[in-house]
Amino acid sequence: MNPEWQAVWLTFKLALSTTLILLVLGTPLAWWLARSVSTWKELVGSLVTLPLVLPPTVLGFYLLIALGPEGPIGGLTESLGIGPLAFTFPGLVVGSVIYSLPFVVQPIRNAFEALGDRPLEVAATLRSGPIERFFRIALPLARPGFLSGAILGFAHTVGEFGVVLMIGGNIPGETRVLSVAIYDHVEALEWRQAHWLSGGMVLFGFAVVLIMSLLEKRLRRIGA
Amino acid sequence: MSGLSVDIHHGLPGFALQARFDTPPQGVTALFGRSGSGKTSVLRAVAGLLRAGEGSIRFNGETWQDGRHFLPTHRRPIGYVFQEASLFPHLSVQQNLQYGWRKVPPGEQRIDYDEAVALLGIAPLLGRDPARLSGGERQRVAIARALLTSPQLLLMDEPLSALDQAARADILPYLEQLHHELALPVLYVSHDLDEIARLADRMVLMEGGRVIASGPVSRLLTDPRLPVAGFDNAGAILEGRISAHDKGFHLTYVACSGNRIAVPLDSREVGAHTRIQIHARDVSIALSAHHDTSILNIVPAVIQALDEDGRSRWLVELVLEDGQTLLAHVTRRSRLALGLEKGMLVYAQIKAVALVR
Repeated sequence: MNPEWQAVWLTFKLALSTTLILLVLGTPLAWWLARSVSTWKELVGSLVTLPLVLPPTVLGFYLLIALGPEGPIGGLTESLGIGPLAFTFPGLVVGSVIYSLPFVVQPIRNAFEALGDRPLEVAATLRSGPIERFFRIALPLARPGFLSGAILGFAHTVGEFGVVLMIGGNIPGETRVLSVAIYDHVEALEWRQAHWLSGGMVLFGFAVVLIMSLLEKRLRRIGA
Repeated sequence: MSGLSVDIHHGLPGFALQARFDTPPQGVTALFGRSGSGKTSVLRAVAGLLRAGEGSIRFNGETWQDGRHFLPTHRRPIGYVFQEASLFPHLSVQQNLQYGWRKVPPGEQRIDYDEAVALLGIAPLLGRDPARLSGGERQRVAIARALLTSPQLLLMDEPLSALDQAARADILPYLEQLHHELALPVLYVSHDLDEIARLADRMVLMEGGRVIASGPVSRLLTDPRLPVAGFDNAGAILEGRISAHDKGFHLTYVACSGNRIAVPLDSREVGAHTRIQIHARDVSIALSAHHDTSILNIVPAVIQALDEDGRSRWLVELVLEDGQTLLAHVTRRSRLALGLEKGMLVYAQIKAVALVR
């Protein structure tokens, strides 16, 4: 595969796996943040939001230490026989999951909060237990939040650079994602390739935002 | 013991709920009080949406709450109608109706799907989106949805208060029909005396988080010692029977307490049981029976009790021949001028009567 397409494919694979993992992990987390009355709630909520305000390099630096052979996570993976995660694709996924966490959790949490108690109370009076209330009422009603979360998480992972560079480096086919490839081309004064990739990213970004606003409008109309 | 039996204490910041009452296993019981009196909290506790701090709730021999035992809402055989219809926006009207209906095994369904749809007149709405219904239509769907879970107790939290006058008038007949056709006990929260006069058999009067009285509506509405009697739309309910129609004068006559009371022409058959409502502000008192008056309904009565309401107005409880009671508001001046005292025979002049059921 030509190295440019390899970078595109790798970026897609990374964004997709990150988004899927975040939807699975982020949903219960968002539900808890939206509905709990625990005093820990704001503390956990702040931790979830933290990647939003940290410079990506700071996050990347700590992840590099944690994922490396001397770090707590690296040590664990090493003892499990997987080896350290730094400079590997799984390592990139772990980094991206943490980096994009707020972009997925926040919209879902907002959607759950916007529901209020009423629809769930109504469902309870219609003989629905808590699990059924979650799947038949809360999930479908929070659909716009899930859509925003998934699209934002995906797009944000595609665009990340600092974290990837810190913990992934630049290994073609393993960790060399689009943003890193563009950086390389510019460093090597290969403007043509940089133009192609950057232009593609602009189009992609525009398409994402457009699709999201159209879908949201549609969902809002259905939900209204 | 059958029926609902509530005895709960619940502390909230700045407010303590302390409610104790029993209701019979049939008929409509109104929970009445001003806003903030705790009536909705009581209803929510009965539904299990609010877990009262302590106390017990029992229904037809089953314990819903007692000590550490707490039956969650979805296991209680109740139907609940909220103040706002609260239909699920992501489901059609039909799907909303089927949501609870499908969860009741066919053998335990006591209310037929088509019957509920017909009772509330919502057949033309089934395929519609809830967002495209009027407020009254939405509330009718919500009532049908609650009925379709085949509840043994129907809880209604001011189901008409979020509606405008027209929608309210549109929905009241459905509620009355419900009362007639289903042998289903109802606990009905309201702060509207006219609504209670039309719908309820018994009432539980609440004030400041406490139950201050409970009993038959006709008795509580006319008791001058209770705060209800002082309300501007306070009044009495009398039971009677339709005795004749007079199409020429556009009147219907109701035989009631040995009197013949004229009301606006009604369509019910002669002989039918009926209930009339007479507001205290529409009753004046005379010492003799006048015939030179435009007032149609003048009935003899004995003063049973007098009570001043603190605004220089007297609440007079009048007993009719058969023991039914009327309530009249008179000024302090009139009371002195006529020398009204307990035990006096007087004539109640009734300016307006409404046939409420």
